[in-house]
Amino acid sequence: MILTEQKPLSEVIENLKDEKKIFILSCGGCPEGADTGGAVAINNMKKELEKEGKIITGTMIIDFLCQKSLIRSRIRTKLKSLEDSNAVLVLSCGLGVQASTEVLNKICYPALNTKTFGGITGMWQGSERCDACGNCVLEYTGGICPYTACPKKLLNGGCAGQSNGKCETDPERDCGWELIYKRLKKLGQLDRMYKFIPPRDYQKMLPSAELRKTKLWALDEEVV
Amino acid sequence: MITKTIESNLKKGLDEGKFVVTCEIGPPKGAEDEEVRNTAEILKGLVDGVNVTDLQSSVMRLGSLATCHILKDMGLDPIFQVTCRDRNRLALQSDLLSAYVLGIRNILALTGDFTNIGDHPQAEPVFDLDSVQLLWTIKKLEQGYDLAGKELTVKPSFFKGAVVNPGADTESAFEMQLIKMKKKIDQGAQFFQTQAIFDADLFEKFIERVSKMNTGVPILAGIILLKSDKMAKYMNKFVPGVFVPESIIKKMEETEDKASMCLEIAAELINKVKPICSGVHIQALGWERHVPTLLKNLNLA
Repeated sequence: MILTEQKPLSEVIENLKDEKKIFILSCGGCPEGADTGGAVAINNMKKELEKEGKIITGTMIIDFLCQKSLIRSRIRTKLKSLEDSNAVLVLSCGLGVQASTEVLNKICYPALNTKTFGGITGMWQGSERCDACGNCVLEYTGGICPYTACPKKLLNGGCAGQSNGKCETDPERDCGWELIYKRLKKLGQLDRMYKFIPPRDYQKMLPSAELRKTKLWALDEEVV
Repeated sequence: MITKTIESNLKKGLDEGKFVVTCEIGPPKGAEDEEVRNTAEILKGLVDGVNVTDLQSSVMRLGSLATCHILKDMGLDPIFQVTCRDRNRLALQSDLLSAYVLGIRNILALTGDFTNIGDHPQAEPVFDLDSVQLLWTIKKLEQGYDLAGKELTVKPSFFKGAVVNPGADTESAFEMQLIKMKKKIDQGAQFFQTQAIFDADLFEKFIERVSKMNTGVPILAGIILLKSDKMAKYMNKFVPGVFVPESIIKKMEETEDKASMCLEIAAELINKVKPICSGVHIQALGWERHVPTLLKNLNLA
């Protein structure tokens, strides 16, 4: 199971400060099991955001958000409220945020940080990769992960090593930042490229002692 | 603390409005300093600063910090190239403090090439910080704090540079270079050295775009001394962002005297870009002995 934890509420609110109408999308897979997604988590988030004056245009649970074909078929009933939204807040691991951005063609904000990939990884069959870094910044990069799409894990734009859109490490590999630039341009969000992103906090990659003691950490173990 | 009185010679030159010249030294693969000292003797008194590469092309060599120290001792003004490939934030900050104590005042902050293009492809690529975050880190140190927010007993002060590639070959890559340049300036970059240029018109278009950003940050155009037509073809094929036009390749093909033609091409290019930039960064790549003639021909020495 992929373990996620909710970003500090203050961070979620700060990230959404320029967005008025928000659609909340949750994965019904791993986050539901980890209590970071599902109906209760959506409701809590909805209440908190409404307190901040946000309009929640709609909510939806899809199992599993890492499956682009599932998102495509399930979201059809919500297209109207999705269209009315400025942004989507996604309660899922990094894979779900990446898949959602690509399918919905709308800026998706991660509400959770992905901590670790343990055991089975949802229903994930796609090309998305999540590093479980605990520092999700997918809203700045158009739903393309800079840690996994760029071998140098660059956070503030591509390097000068790219050539014709390909990476310096492998001429057959796409430059991750070229993909990010094109995605942000398509989403009309190029100004996000100017945002300075500070170094990631490696402590957030480490699972806490509390987490390691729970059943969520090792489903096959007899722990209360 | 005698080191506090040392100032950047490069900064002084730029502040005075001088058309500055920097050159570059690539440390040798071995525990020796003879080659470095010989090259330094050639460049001494001729250039405003000398870059020292940091394990260029991910090839293991003598270090940039030690080499900068040698140059400083010999009376040159070193530019300490710092990449993010080999050190995490602890080591980077520590090396920056070390550089300051050794009297090194110029830093060139770079991301660094990936490990797999060099001679130790098995090595772990670190990239704990990127080049923009490295500049942000230097700014913090200059404010008297490290990245953990702990106060420094004495704060360093540097003249901070960065790199930009005017020849990025796709529309997105070119735009990204400009965006990243802006981010570097926002985080404290005070001068830029560009990737090698061969096409003055292309460089002019780049400068036009930069001048719209209204930054006022000086730009030093990168000039590679072209040794042969073979080298030009190699760079066109393998060095991202570097493009040698066919007309220049032809000149090198047809000449009997490669060195003279090389200096002629470089001088023509420098004269063309001189009115639109603040200086040049000459990468002689082993032909440092020809730099004095080049500068004399240009009335820059």
